[in-house]
Amino acid sequence: MEKQIRIALAGNPNSGKTTMFNELTGSYQHVGNWPGVTVEKKEGSLKGHRKEVKVMDLPGIYSLSPYTLEEVISRNYLLEERPDVIIDIVDASNLERNLYLTLQLLETGIPVVVALNMMDVVINRGDKINAKKLAEELGCPVVETSAMRGKGIENLVNTVLEVAAKDNVQQKSQPFGGDVESAVKKIEKVIDGMVPAESLRWYAVKLFERDEKLDIKPDAGQMQQVESIVAECEELQDDESESIITSERYAYITSIIKPVYTKKNREKYTISDKIDRIVTNKWLALPIFFGIMWIVYYVSITTVGDWTIGWVEMFFEWLGESAAAGMEAASASPWAVSLVVDGIIGGIGSIIVFVPQLMILFLFLSILEDSGYMARVAFIMDRIFRRFGLSGKSFIPMLIGTGCSVPGIMASRTIENERDRRMTVMLTPFIPCGAKVPIIAMFAALLFPSASWVGPSMYIIGILVVIVSGVFLKRTKAFKGDPAPFVMELPEYKAPRAKGVLIHMWEKGRSFIIRAGTIIFVACAAIWFLQSFTPGMEFVGLEGIDQSILAHIGNGIRYIFIPLGFGDSWVGPVSALTGLVAKEVVVATLTMASEATVVMFSQVTAFAFMIFTLLSAPCFAAIGAMRREFGNAKWTWIAVLYQTGLAYVLAMLVNLIGGAVLAGTPATAMQTLDSGILEEASESDLVAGGDISLWILGILLVVIIVGVIISSVRNKKKYNDIGKLGA
Amino acid sequence: MELSLKDTPVGSSVKVKRVSGEGAVKRRIMDMGITKGTDVYVRKLAPLGDPIEITVRGYELSLRGEDAKNIIVE
Repeated sequence: MEKQIRIALAGNPNSGKTTMFNELTGSYQHVGNWPGVTVEKKEGSLKGHRKEVKVMDLPGIYSLSPYTLEEVISRNYLLEERPDVIIDIVDASNLERNLYLTLQLLETGIPVVVALNMMDVVINRGDKINAKKLAEELGCPVVETSAMRGKGIENLVNTVLEVAAKDNVQQKSQPFGGDVESAVKKIEKVIDGMVPAESLRWYAVKLFERDEKLDIKPDAGQMQQVESIVAECEELQDDESESIITSERYAYITSIIKPVYTKKNREKYTISDKIDRIVTNKWLALPIFFGIMWIVYYVSITTVGDWTIGWVEMFFEWLGESAAAGMEAASASPWAVSLVVDGIIGGIGSIIVFVPQLMILFLFLSILEDSGYMARVAFIMDRIFRRFGLSGKSFIPMLIGTGCSVPGIMASRTIENERDRRMTVMLTPFIPCGAKVPIIAMFAALLFPSASWVGPSMYIIGILVVIVSGVFLKRTKAFKGDPAPFVMELPEYKAPRAKGVLIHMWEKGRSFIIRAGTIIFVACAAIWFLQSFTPGMEFVGLEGIDQSILAHIGNGIRYIFIPLGFGDSWVGPVSALTGLVAKEVVVATLTMASEATVVMFSQVTAFAFMIFTLLSAPCFAAIGAMRREFGNAKWTWIAVLYQTGLAYVLAMLVNLIGGAVLAGTPATAMQTLDSGILEEASESDLVAGGDISLWILGILLVVIIVGVIISSVRNKKKYNDIGKLGA
Repeated sequence: MELSLKDTPVGSSVKVKRVSGEGAVKRRIMDMGITKGTDVYVRKLAPLGDPIEITVRGYELSLRGEDAKNIIVE
C-alpha cells in the first residue's frame, strides 16, 4: 500500500480558503469540532485521489501567535501531526498581510506551496503580480489560482503532489536584520539537537518571542542563556522581542513585494467602496440592517420556514397514521404501535422538522457571510452588544431564536471570538421561541383573559435575562480570560457564489442530523417510554399518563417545585419535563393531565410556571444544537444547569413575592383548568410570535436611532464620510 | 501628550509611531499589519460612534476606540 499523503490548508480568513477546500475535496467532507472547543474542524479527501490524499482545513488565521484559540489549534496541528505539505492560500488582492502568515508557515520547516488566490480580482484591478519572482523571493512554489472560478486548481494539485513526493525539501526562512538575525542564530545553537532539524528556526524564533505555548521545555540553564540573548537584542533595538519580530516580518514583506507587485493607478473608489458608503452610512446603516434582518426573518421563520415545517409535520403525521393503520390491521399490540408511531416516527420527525428551516436560514447566512455584509453587521452592532459580553453578530442568533432556538444556536458559528460564541449559544435559548408561544397563549387566555401585557412581558423578561446574564457572566472566570482586542477585517463586498452557498447549506443540514440528531432521538424515545408505561411495565398509552412512570417520577420530585407554586401535584413537574421533547408538548401534556385529574393554577403560580418553562433547559433539539456548537458535554451541562437554575430562582421569586404581595386578591385564587378548551386557548392569537418580533425590532430601531443622534452630537467634529473627503 | 489613533480625525492619514500595551492586544494589532512607520487612513466611525474603520496596507480594518488608544501616531 502506498503511503498516505496529508495536506493541510492554511490561510487568512476571507482568503477563499473554504472555497478552495470545496474545490479540492468536492462534497467528501467530514465536519466536526476540534476537541473540546467551538472551533469547526473540516477534513476531506482530494478529488481523484480519494484513498491516498487527505486534506485538513485549518481554521482561518492571520498569524501563528499563541493568543487566539484558532492559532493555537493550527500550530499544534502543524507541529504535532507534521502534514506532508501545507497549502497556504494567499489572497493576492491583499498580498502584504497574507504573506505575513506565509513567512511563519515557512519557518515550521514543513514544505509550503503558496496558492496565489483571487488572481482574477488583481487582474480586474489592472494590477500585476509576478508569481515567478515571488516564488524565488519566498523560496517555495507559487501557483496562481482562482478558487471562485475553479481556475488553477489542477496546477495546484500537481505541484502539491510533486512536492509531497520529494523526500527532502529545502526551504528558506526569512533572514532578519543584523542584530535580530544573530540573536536568533545564537538561540538556534543553544537548542540545537533538542528539536527536529527542519523546525530549528521555528523554535528559535518562538523562544526569541518568549512564546508561552511552546511544546518544548529547555532546562533552566538554557532558558537563562536564551533570556540573556533576547534581553541584549531588545536593548539594542529599544523594543520588545515580539514586536521586533513582527516589525521585521512586515519590513521584509515590503521589500520582497516591491519588485513583484505592480500597481496600476486606479480610480479613487472601487465598487466595493461605493457599496460601503451606502451600507455603513451613518443614517442608512441601521434601517438597511433592520430591513435585511426583517427579510431573513420573514422568509426563514414566518413564511417559507413555517410552510416547510408544516409540510414535514404533515408528512410524519401521515406516515404515523399509515403505520398505525397497517400495524393495527396486522393486529400488532397497542404498545408496539405506540412504539413505532409515537416513539420512533415521532422521534425522527422531531429531528427532521428543523432541517428545511435550518437550511433556508443557512442559505441566508452564507449569502450574508460570503458577500462581506456579516462583518459589517458586527461593525454596526458592536457598540451595543459588547456591553453584554456578546458580539455584534449575536443579534442574528437572538433574532432567529424568536422563531426557533435550534437555527439560532447554530447561527452563532459566524461569531469569530470563542467566548462571544459560547455566550451567545448559552443565552439564545432564553429568547421565547415559536414553540413557547402556545404555552403563553394558553395561560394568557385562560387565566389572564383581559391582560394583554402577559404575552409581551415574556419577551421582555427573556431579553432582560439575556442582558443581565451577559453582564453577569462576562465577569465570571470562565468568560473573563485574557483581554482580546476587537480587531476585525472588513473584507471587500463580493457577489456570493451559488456552489459555495449550496455546499454550506447542505453541510449544515447534514451535520445537524448527525451531531444533534442522535441525542434528540434517544432523549425523545426515553420520554416516550416513561410516559407510556407504568412502573409495573404495563402499557397505558399517552392517555393514561396519570399512571405512567413519568407521573410517579413527577410525584417524587414535585416537592422541589413547591416553592415555585406548582408542586402540589405531579402535573406541573411532568409538563415541564415533557417540554424537553418540544415546548409545545407542554400544552398537550396539560390537556391529557387535566382529563385524568384536576389541574389548578392561580394567576401567580401560572406566571411562575410560564417563567420556568420559558427559561429552563430548552427542548432536546436545542440542547443537541448546543452540544453540537460547544463541541463538548461539559459546556452543554453548564449551560443547561445555568438555564434551569436561573429559571428556578426567578419562578420562585415570582411565586413567593407575588403570593405575598397579592395575597387575598383574585390573583392568588386557584382556578381549575378546563381540559376541553386548553388546546383551543393555546391557539388564540393573544400572542402572535411573529408580530411581537417585529414590534421588538421596531422598538430597537427607534432606541438605536436615538442613540445615533446622541452619539453624533458628541462626535460631530470627528464624523466625516469618505464621500466628503473625495470632493 | 502623545497622539493616538483614537484622536485622529476621520478622513486623515497618519504614520504609526509605535504600538503600546502588551500581550495579546498588542500582538494582535501588530499582526494585522499596524507596525512602526505604517501609514494608516481613518475611514469612518461606525453609526453608533464606535468602532472605527481604517485602511492599512491596502485593506480595511475595524478597531474599537479602546484598542485604537494603544496605537500612537505622529
